Amino acid sequence: MTTRRAIARFALAVVPLAFVAVFFLWPVAAILARGLGSQGTFDTHAFGRVFDDPALLQVMRFTVWQATLSTLLTLAVGLPATAVLSRARFRGRLGIRALLVTPFVLPTIAVATAFQSLGVERSLGAILLAHCFFNVAVIVRVVGTAWDAVDPRAEEAARVLGAGPLRVAWNVTLPALRAAIATAASIVFLFSFTSFGVILVLGGPRFATIETEIYRYTAELLDLRTAAVLSVLQLVAVVAAMTAAGFASRRAGGLRPLGHRPRPAPPNARTRALATVALLPALALVVTPVVELVRHAFARGAEGFTHLTTTPVGLPDSPAHAIVTSLRIAVVATLLAVGLGLMLATAVTRGRSRLARFTELLVVLPLGVSAVTVGFGFLIVFDRPPLDLRTAWIIVPIAHALIALPFVVRTAVPILRAVDPHVRDAAALLGASPARVWFEIDRRAVTRAAGVAAAFAFAISLGEFGATLFIVRPETTTVPVMIYRLLGRPGATNVDLAMALTVVLMALTATAAFVGDLGGHRRRAVI
Amino acid sequence: MSPRRSRALIVVTIALALFSAACSSPGGGSGDHTLTLVTHDSFAVSKPVLAAFTRETGWKVRILKNGDAGAALNQVILTKGAPLGDAFFGVDNTLLTRALDAHVFDRYAAPNLRTVTPALRLDPTDHATPVDFGDVCINIDKQYFASKSISPPVTLDDLADPKYKDLVVTENPATSSTGLAFLAGTVAHFGDRWTDYWDRLRANGLLVVAGWEQAYNGEFSGAAGSKGTRPIVVSYASSPPAEVFFAKPTPTTAPTASLDQTCFRQVEFVGVLHGAKHVAAAHELIDFMLTRRFQRDVPLQMFVYPSVTGTPLPEVFTTFSSIAPHPFTLTPARIGRDRRRWIDEWTRHVLR
Repeated sequence: MTTRRAIARFALAVVPLAFVAVFFLWPVAAILARGLGSQGTFDTHAFGRVFDDPALLQVMRFTVWQATLSTLLTLAVGLPATAVLSRARFRGRLGIRALLVTPFVLPTIAVATAFQSLGVERSLGAILLAHCFFNVAVIVRVVGTAWDAVDPRAEEAARVLGAGPLRVAWNVTLPALRAAIATAASIVFLFSFTSFGVILVLGGPRFATIETEIYRYTAELLDLRTAAVLSVLQLVAVVAAMTAAGFASRRAGGLRPLGHRPRPAPPNARTRALATVALLPALALVVTPVVELVRHAFARGAEGFTHLTTTPVGLPDSPAHAIVTSLRIAVVATLLAVGLGLMLATAVTRGRSRLARFTELLVVLPLGVSAVTVGFGFLIVFDRPPLDLRTAWIIVPIAHALIALPFVVRTAVPILRAVDPHVRDAAALLGASPARVWFEIDRRAVTRAAGVAAAFAFAISLGEFGATLFIVRPETTTVPVMIYRLLGRPGATNVDLAMALTVVLMALTATAAFVGDLGGHRRRAVI
Repeated sequence: MSPRRSRALIVVTIALALFSAACSSPGGGSGDHTLTLVTHDSFAVSKPVLAAFTRETGWKVRILKNGDAGAALNQVILTKGAPLGDAFFGVDNTLLTRALDAHVFDRYAAPNLRTVTPALRLDPTDHATPVDFGDVCINIDKQYFASKSISPPVTLDDLADPKYKDLVVTENPATSSTGLAFLAGTVAHFGDRWTDYWDRLRANGLLVVAGWEQAYNGEFSGAAGSKGTRPIVVSYASSPPAEVFFAKPTPTTAPTASLDQTCFRQVEFVGVLHGAKHVAAAHELIDFMLTRRFQRDVPLQMFVYPSVTGTPLPEVFTTFSSIAPHPFTLTPARIGRDRRRWIDEWTRHVLR
């Protein structure tokens, strides 16, 4: 039985890991080898040259600096909001959670327009605000799902025993959430570290990060050697950050989460006021630009929305067709990411912890590698049968699935961990077959995890722009690429249409997030 | 963990993979009579024109796009051993030598190459065929200058005049091909003293942003619906006709104007990819791109000008734009040799 279990666990882990190896590690290794190896020798001088370049050193320092500040700011804004959204029950809660995800899919160039009309000038401050705007959702989702699974009775017990609210938060709640917070913070750090559009567009031309330099050396200068050195350095930084996060979460002790919870007491005036104050910064930061974008889209009387079915001059498809293409890609990417991610999450929660840590780290790596690096890597490895995938349609959803995979794994793991293994053992002891155990006990947790993770994966795929642009693809255009093309031309109708499509994109994402949450919550009520 | 469950999950994943593969064909099949054109993201041709090519030659055209012009070319160079398609469109004169030096094209001299405007035929070795050209020029917001009763600028030198302080926005040549073309124009015009010119522009309150989208739609006051405040922008000679073409209702005058003494000419080429499967068909496609039918389609599809002399232009172009009589030019070899140095120097002078 134990060997069969081990084999099963191995099988569960091996499919997703093979996926990451074939579609990520191999292409990236190939393009780095192309850049660094000249006729089979490893060029170490390339590293020396980069470290001798004061401009590049400055770029590295700035990258770490802005990513650290962005992460701290996002935590400061996101954690109080998460507390309210996880602990308080009020009308519109799911609506707000859905709204907070919408920035995820917004094209940077559109967000820049909104920031600009709100008077945010290009600066380091604009970069930080934008990173916070885009990433609050990560905190709310990742920490929120863990928070949902924490038994509030321990907090109540502490309070009954005389602890003040701050003390409860510090001594009871925080330790239980440390793993989730470390995880969420590390993802925000990664996103800020590798951010591209925000740096160029909202920072302005005086700012450069490792990521923007990798793009410049690869796509503009075709200096693959310098690009490879920068990519390796970026990977090292990413692995270091993830390891640190893993270390922080390992030391976390705290409560054992439970799958059920009593209804919270109805709020009084004081808690209500507190909740409002805690929620306000996140809401203000996300809502103001979103409202500005919607207002912009309707500025000339919804003109853009009336032309969604006609093909604009000089573009291959109608906006409606692009929406269908995007949805189709998003569905396939979501299925791939959720299927593979749940397999991996299951293997991770049942496996030995060292394997689990390695797996979680491996899966996050795609977030730390520049889209242009992966895109160019695809070109040089998938160039002959049976894997001549360079021009296949499936490569786009595969790339999106790679980006969504870490979110799926990270959202699913705490939910699956929340299932008390004793319950499972008890069921097995009472004679339930493993399948029955899974069906009766794990299924609900898995469905809930799938709901939440799917919404996230769907949003990521819908909004994905960088990787899509650098993957060779047939003429079919996704919505973000179409928005970018429309904003690349002068004229009122182009801008109107682009803004209308931005609003459609936000609506689709918010709906997906809402439905995912709804599915998840209805199910957890049954547990 | 139940083995049955893991088996089920594996089956589901395989099924997903098959399902995705099944979804993967629309327009993607490469039958024997399908020719593949690799290009950048801004390429466009109208459907009837492409259908005419298929009707006349029996070849269907599959279009593959990837990234902007620079990224698309670099991908072509990376895949030289196993090309993605049969022909590549979209290398311009600022990148031409990179393509030629990497030997990504096979030689092909189209019979009707002689119909192409001589000044555009920049590759004497006949590997790259010029298909269109566009002028990167200063654009102005006419309304702004009329309402302030200030005479608008005319030349590059005017932009450094204190009269136009804090009015100009341009693109970073390190991240924008438009910005790079404009920089090349200033090098062509000012020679060795081009950095002095940029020093003067900087002292006069020049604003630099990452790309055209941000400069034009974001900062330029003349763009439709823009909240921008700067009435002078680096854009294209075709931007004023585009403003008219994409406005509703169609205005009788263009809200913006292009200054034809400030233009740098960009020429775009097509070539047969080395190692192409369908060489003869690629030749036919290149021939077709020089026919009147294709050339007439170029202006309203890509907002550039046709390369064949005497191709009739659409009315919106003849009314609202003019082709610069004496654009700034540099040889592709010169640009290829010096572009990186120019960008580095520009960055030192303008941004640091």
